[in-house]
Amino acid sequence: MKPPPFDYHAPRSLGEALDVLAEAGEEGKVLAGGQSLIPLLNMRLAAPAHLVDINRLPGLAAVEAAPDGVRIGALARHAQVERSEPAAVAQPLLRQALRLVAHPVIRNRGTVVGSLVHADPAAELPAVLALLGGSVRLARRGGTRDVPAGEFFTGPLESAAAPGELAVSALFPALPPRSGTAFREVARRHGDYALAGVAALVGLDEDLRVTTARVACVSAGPVPAVADVAGACGHRPPASADWAGAAEAVRARAEPEDDIHATAAYRRHLIGVLAERALRDAAREALNA
Amino acid sequence: MTTRLFGEPVQRREDPRLLTGRGRYLDDLGPDALAAAFVRSPHAHALIRDIDVSAALDVDGLVAIYTWEDLPDRLAEPLPLLIPHPALTHGRTAHPLARERVRHVGEPVVMVVARDRYLAEDACALIRVDYELLKPVVGVEEAAQSAQPVHDDVPGNVGAHLVQEVPSADGRGAREVIEGAPHTLAFRLDVERSASMPLEGRGVYARWDADDASLRVYSSTQTSTSVRMAVAAKLGLPLPKVEVIAPDVGGGFGVKIVHPWPEEVLVPWAAMLLGREVKWAEDRREHFVSSAHERAQVQFVRVGFDDEGRVLGLEVNILHDHGAYTPYGIIVPIITSTQLPGPYRLGSYRVEFSSIYTNTVQVTPYRGAGRPQAVFCMERTMDRIAAHLGLDRTAVRAANFIQPGEFPYDQGLIFQDGRPLIYDSGDYPESLRMLKELIGWDSFPGLKAEAAREGRRLGIGIGCYVEGTGVGPYEGGHVQVTSDGRVHVSTGLTSQGQGHETAFAQIAATELGVPLDRVSVVTGDTRRFGYAVGTFASRAAVMSGNAIALACRKVREKALRIAADALEADPRDLEITDGVVHVTGTPAAAVPLATVAVLANPLRYAFDAEAARATQFAGASSFDRPPVQEGQEPGLEGRDYYSPIRSTFASGMHAAIVETDPLTAEIRILRYAVVHDCGNLINPMIVEGQIHGGVAQGVGGALYERMVYDGHGQLLNASFMDFLMPYATEVPHVETAHLQTPSPLNPLGIKGAGEAGVIPVSAVIAAAVEDAEGIPIDRMPISPSDLFGLRGAS
Repeated sequence: MKPPPFDYHAPRSLGEALDVLAEAGEEGKVLAGGQSLIPLLNMRLAAPAHLVDINRLPGLAAVEAAPDGVRIGALARHAQVERSEPAAVAQPLLRQALRLVAHPVIRNRGTVVGSLVHADPAAELPAVLALLGGSVRLARRGGTRDVPAGEFFTGPLESAAAPGELAVSALFPALPPRSGTAFREVARRHGDYALAGVAALVGLDEDLRVTTARVACVSAGPVPAVADVAGACGHRPPASADWAGAAEAVRARAEPEDDIHATAAYRRHLIGVLAERALRDAAREALNA
Repeated sequence: MTTRLFGEPVQRREDPRLLTGRGRYLDDLGPDALAAAFVRSPHAHALIRDIDVSAALDVDGLVAIYTWEDLPDRLAEPLPLLIPHPALTHGRTAHPLARERVRHVGEPVVMVVARDRYLAEDACALIRVDYELLKPVVGVEEAAQSAQPVHDDVPGNVGAHLVQEVPSADGRGAREVIEGAPHTLAFRLDVERSASMPLEGRGVYARWDADDASLRVYSSTQTSTSVRMAVAAKLGLPLPKVEVIAPDVGGGFGVKIVHPWPEEVLVPWAAMLLGREVKWAEDRREHFVSSAHERAQVQFVRVGFDDEGRVLGLEVNILHDHGAYTPYGIIVPIITSTQLPGPYRLGSYRVEFSSIYTNTVQVTPYRGAGRPQAVFCMERTMDRIAAHLGLDRTAVRAANFIQPGEFPYDQGLIFQDGRPLIYDSGDYPESLRMLKELIGWDSFPGLKAEAAREGRRLGIGIGCYVEGTGVGPYEGGHVQVTSDGRVHVSTGLTSQGQGHETAFAQIAATELGVPLDRVSVVTGDTRRFGYAVGTFASRAAVMSGNAIALACRKVREKALRIAADALEADPRDLEITDGVVHVTGTPAAAVPLATVAVLANPLRYAFDAEAARATQFAGASSFDRPPVQEGQEPGLEGRDYYSPIRSTFASGMHAAIVETDPLTAEIRILRYAVVHDCGNLINPMIVEGQIHGGVAQGVGGALYERMVYDGHGQLLNASFMDFLMPYATEVPHVETAHLQTPSPLNPLGIKGAGEAGVIPVSAVIAAAVEDAEGIPIDRMPISPSDLFGLRGAS
């Protein structure tokens, strides 16, 4: 379990990093927290010719909470975001989700943006970005672009980041007024990738009736899929909304697969159970907001 | 006054070193050694047509590449079959490097030696092996019915077949008894594969000294003495020219008692050939596919019983999956079949097993070594009897217990040591009484009903076991008191974290009457003690503990005799306290043990002031006899051995309360209680630690761990991401109570404790889940997905 040979680059500026990535093209791979990449290298499941370590780049570790949302830089660690009060106030789902990401030692190294680019459909953060309708900012030599979550996740472990591009930050939109969020998941062991997980966002109108109800599921398909279930809930106060019906709608749309840890049927069942629990939790948060 | 250290919860002396990163494990040694790496078979079953190494020859830092064809003489032969048995009619072992054919994914085919491990793996990646694929044989039932042999000369893939039968008191066989019993049940049980999975994998580091023509081998092993003999034999070296040392070992749990591993002979051979230090440290991926697994069995059970639930006849037929090879013989299924009766007096018993070859990693003992399967079978049977008769599960067990007055109790079987399986002592009714009190068995129905009113599902389960521990043939101990008053204890068996440095020191300090901090303990170093068997089968404390006690008694006797001379007293009037020999009741008439050590070694030369007291003009010796008397040896030291007539039988009972989520099917262990009887306790803290660790591994086997082979013989979960060992977050708090029924078989009255914790856990958890859900649980482990499936089917 030693990686195959690669050229190691440790650029000192963003411009230098983008130059190196442009030249490396398909053969380049970005190293940030390394929590997914290093095991892949050691098992020789990935063999990039060039490893571009961005840990020395200045200015990429910021976590900035603004009225429009929380912008998280490419070098911000999970633990840093998890502990950020301004981030938790602006978008509580971040902390709710990050507590479920692996273990503290992994959260100390792993990065939020790195997790998005890794695009594992079993991971929490892609689902969060998708649910909130956030975006990822990609820089390349000569320009940047913001890619909305709906277009960013293109397949299992596949994102819209092209060769030569570096994801420099991600924007997680702020929580609207009278809204609440929740994240529920079931994992085999504490900190494992979830067998199934559901992130939920519920918003209320001025009469405290449900106007927004969306969920995003983990381990339920090739990419994090967002389901709008406001209609299924009914335009009613949370206490009388049809959460079970909404959960059933989520369950019916999920496309989980069998693997060695759980059957697809069990995962589908879990998605229904967790969707109802997450929606009820989120509604309770919305009432308290 | 010296505290009596035997029996005290002394803190483990090795922990500060091991917990602060100062342990010296195999890969901490030899930082400049060359590194070995292996090309391993990617196929479960194939013929090797060609090996092309040409592309690897250009790798920078490459030193050597070896295939089977390069191996000389005895190294080219199959590895030893360590434990032959008449029933193992078709025992087969692997070659150190595959010869013509591979029989499981991970089998070593080519060894590469390079400047470091990175380069060695680069070279491995460039070696092309041309395979002709054969049909893989996977799954024990499939293998038993398959026309495809794993070994061409083993028909039906049956390596061994053994029947043991204990007739009823009136001489009838179990089958006949079951036919005539008032009640009968028949069912099938399935036990999954798991593995020892120590945090430190295997590893070997060898240094050849050409000037001295001697070899030193460090191995992460559970038996350094036997590795030494194997290496000397395989390499054709005189035994005195080979030293084997087990450094700090990061867990063994059984897998490291197997030896010699291919790497254990190949790495020293390469070191000799190259005249360079060579090291190989197994990585996790290798460990999953190239060491050993355990547990997998299918059991077919028939039982006949009376209205009180007394077992009149039990018949068990076991299909045991042995993997591709049988280097450790059939110890695992022998233990399953002989430990199955547990604490019970069965009216009659017939057990039959077939040990089946498959194209998977070989099966050798893992902590518990066949007993978890045995207890799963017996205890699931007890629960089914209780359910059938509508009786309390503990009442059925109590009705079958061997009673305290019935010891020694002969189960009528031949145990894993080839000797009669005779329980030496125990008190099962008392153990059950203590457990019921500890877990609150009688008040549980109220708790369960109350939880049910809140929509929660609780269940309780129980499991009992008897464990044969301290198997022979022998261990030895050497104890030396040096002239500084320090006590040096050594024994040949090895340590993998059990706390031997503490427990053995407690024994020596108690026997010799010296403070604990004067005593040091060395294990697993053939330079210090050459005769030993190894650390397995919960035997270290029983075997080496007693040997060390006996060696200490020799030293004590000699010390008292020499001190008696010096004090002009009768040895019978002397005792040793705090390292000082003194006349009982007269503390002033005393001589320190350090001085006794000086006097024990008559000297010509004074190397320090203490030593001067023993020189020839110091007036210490009588002119009437030679300085070293006939029959005596210089020095204050002693050596002795302990060789038991047969195993000593520890026992225990566990109970658990679990909660199952009615919606998500998650299973949570709310409480876990253990009553444990390993005879006299040397150190209750260490025993409890052993139990906690064992229960943790048991929880793994009960709820998490599987080796998922697909139909091609590929192991799909060969990483810690997908092979789920429980974290601290999944392991319950363990409540323990000790019962001490001393063994009459050994001087210290002790029994083994190392494996105990793991043994009944699967049975206990299955019983508790069954109680919570009302669905029969007949396989281990059980996952939430499995439980969801069972709910749907019921």
